[in-house]
Amino acid sequence: MATPVRTEGPGVGAPARPGGTAAGGWPGPLARLGRATRTAPGRLRLAGALLAVVTVAFGTLTAWQVESRAQAAQRVVSYSQPLSQAAADINRALADADTTAATGFLLAGAEPKAVRDRYEQDLATASRLIAEAAARTTASSPAQGWLAALNQQVPVYAGLVESARANNRLGYPLGGAYLRYASDQMRTVLLPAAAELTAAENRELADDYAAARAVPWAAYGLGVLALAVLGWVQVVLFRRTNRVFNVGLLGATAAVLAAVLWLTVAGLGARGALQESEQKGAAPLRALNAARVDVLTARLAENLHYVARGSSAKYADLWSKTTEHLSGPDTSQDGQGAQAAQGAQDGAPRSGTLADALRLAPAEAEGAVADAGQQYRHWREQHATASRLEHEGDYQGAVDATVTAREADAAKTADAWFNGTDRQLDQAAGAELKQFRRAAEGTDGDLRTAAVAVAVLSLVAAVAAARGLGRRLAEYR
Amino acid sequence: MRRSKTVRARSVTAVALLASCAAVLGTGGPQGAVLPVAAARTAVAPQAQQQEQDEPCDVYRSVPPSGEDGPAVKAIKAKRSLVIGIDLNSYRWGARNPNTGQLEGFDIDLARAIGTAIMGDPDKVVLKSVPTADRVQFIKDGKVDLIVRTMTITCKRMEDVAFSRPYFNISQRVVVPKSSPAKNLDEALKDRTVCAAAGSSAVEALKGRPVRQLVTPENNLDCLVLMQLGKVEATMTDDVLAASQAAQDQTVRVVDGEIQPGVMGVAMLRTSPDLTARVNQVLADYYASGGWRGAYDRWLKPYLLNDADHYWPAAH
Repeated sequence: MATPVRTEGPGVGAPARPGGTAAGGWPGPLARLGRATRTAPGRLRLAGALLAVVTVAFGTLTAWQVESRAQAAQRVVSYSQPLSQAAADINRALADADTTAATGFLLAGAEPKAVRDRYEQDLATASRLIAEAAARTTASSPAQGWLAALNQQVPVYAGLVESARANNRLGYPLGGAYLRYASDQMRTVLLPAAAELTAAENRELADDYAAARAVPWAAYGLGVLALAVLGWVQVVLFRRTNRVFNVGLLGATAAVLAAVLWLTVAGLGARGALQESEQKGAAPLRALNAARVDVLTARLAENLHYVARGSSAKYADLWSKTTEHLSGPDTSQDGQGAQAAQGAQDGAPRSGTLADALRLAPAEAEGAVADAGQQYRHWREQHATASRLEHEGDYQGAVDATVTAREADAAKTADAWFNGTDRQLDQAAGAELKQFRRAAEGTDGDLRTAAVAVAVLSLVAAVAAARGLGRRLAEYR
Repeated sequence: MRRSKTVRARSVTAVALLASCAAVLGTGGPQGAVLPVAAARTAVAPQAQQQEQDEPCDVYRSVPPSGEDGPAVKAIKAKRSLVIGIDLNSYRWGARNPNTGQLEGFDIDLARAIGTAIMGDPDKVVLKSVPTADRVQFIKDGKVDLIVRTMTITCKRMEDVAFSRPYFNISQRVVVPKSSPAKNLDEALKDRTVCAAAGSSAVEALKGRPVRQLVTPENNLDCLVLMQLGKVEATMTDDVLAASQAAQDQTVRVVDGEIQPGVMGVAMLRTSPDLTARVNQVLADYYASGGWRGAYDRWLKPYLLNDADHYWPAAH
């Protein structure tokens, strides 16, 4: 009934196979299994089958689990992190467009070409990123809804800004009302949609990170089981035959050990790399993006305050709220320059999004973020100066202290310090993105290699075990 | 004279309305300060209303004109500059031309005329922008000597600051798109989506009227934006701002009919009656010399419905 072919075919489970006796049904194989355990060759065959099943199962499960982690790691690098960054960039481009439109508006006829170009480029960037993100995002993702809303609202916003510009050029205060309306649309419709989009993409990124870093416990479990079964078979054989070493079984043990080791090293390596990419790249970038949007909103509030020409306290409130969100509560009040300057000497902000960005920044970006903080402090001082001028009734002086088209004075305006802040933060973002890529890229490849290696090694182990047991079986002929 | 009679006549028919409307009219700036006026018509007890009627404040009353330099005027001359608070956001009244940076409008001309008459030199007049909400405080703090800024004279404000004799009549008007068939105020409002600046007297004036929906943005110009975008069908605001809206958009018009008349004046400290007397003298001279009418013709005539006489508050 037993044939050499069956012992040499380690992948075929002897107990489960009904063989040629089709009439058997369940009682047949079970009865045969019972008979097989009563003879030494039968027990050997059973052991061989068990080893084959366990090692191959270990290889298959491990390859599958590691491959799914490799896929998640690949999604992190080439899908979810870029999309998360794109969402943040959309958010930033829109906020920047709004801020720049207000700057150009305040300068009116003297609006430099650079300001106009920056506004147009912001809108072009936002539109391009929205289209790209829509193409890359899966149809079922909640992000699609937000992208569609943005896609629809950007042209509406641009139309309102052009109305504002046209009315302003005619000398109508109506232009200011239009600009404030456009900006309200931006802050109540577009930016919240962009923020939701960013949140949705960040959630996907977090999910992919979790999937990529999950420990393949089942694979480890089967690996340990395979080693245990191999050890048990060798102990039993040693007791029966008094032969210490069975080369085939030893080889199988070595192969499984090597596979588990490879799995461990590759898994830990990938986890470490992903951890680093999160800590030095993705997480600091999220904090930095939040700070950058706050910086833009603060600048916008400053502009709109002067666009409203003292007819609204709304924008002064927005400034205070945003700067508090950015760098924590401010002890100095607008217009009290001495206090503001004193507060500025306190050094780096202790709370708020800017403090978060500084705390999370990797060494490579720390300098730029710290510089941004420095520029931001100058900006706040300048803002206090402008507020003081405005409170004294010198509207033009306040506007000139905030933004001017005169090149000689341009370096000392609030706008200049804002630009300095924004530039430094942009530089930091570049450095952090580089850190992310450096750490995360290649992890999926390493994991894939490990998956293939473990699969091959488990096959080797199964074959080796079969060969080793085949030797013993031959002695019964 | 004629003007005040009209006002009086209305107050007779609408009991307690004049007394309360003076308070209700408490805005008139482009923004419209929030006033606790809701009580005036509805919540105030009959007794309180009676008292208001017994002691009506007279928004037309001010010290008699005088060309003399009193102590306050002498003090201003000694510091060699007269600081006048103005607006930057009311087109054709007080606005900063965004292209030239120049201040221009009816109130600006008046402010310059007053300043030059008192100081004798236009260079000694400083025009300073004043936020709507801070107008009274700026005077009290001495940050400005005078305010010429579409400021409605109200009994409440008269408790805090002194006003010159009124220099302009205003009332609540309705602006509609030119395509609207509405012939009068009632038609323009009935079953329409109507806009009025939050906290303005227009919001009070609209209470109880059969509008479909009332939209109240922060600023009256926001109403014009909404009208251009087709989100509202009519805007209620005062003459001054209705004229300013019609000036900025040739596709809207001011419909016939007005409600809640009031007057605008120059505000200053209560403790300097000699300055008030001096300003009253300048106002009288400004009107007599044709300066008032010249400024009216230049800034407002194309946009207001009635002739100039309708807007000059006659001597009281």
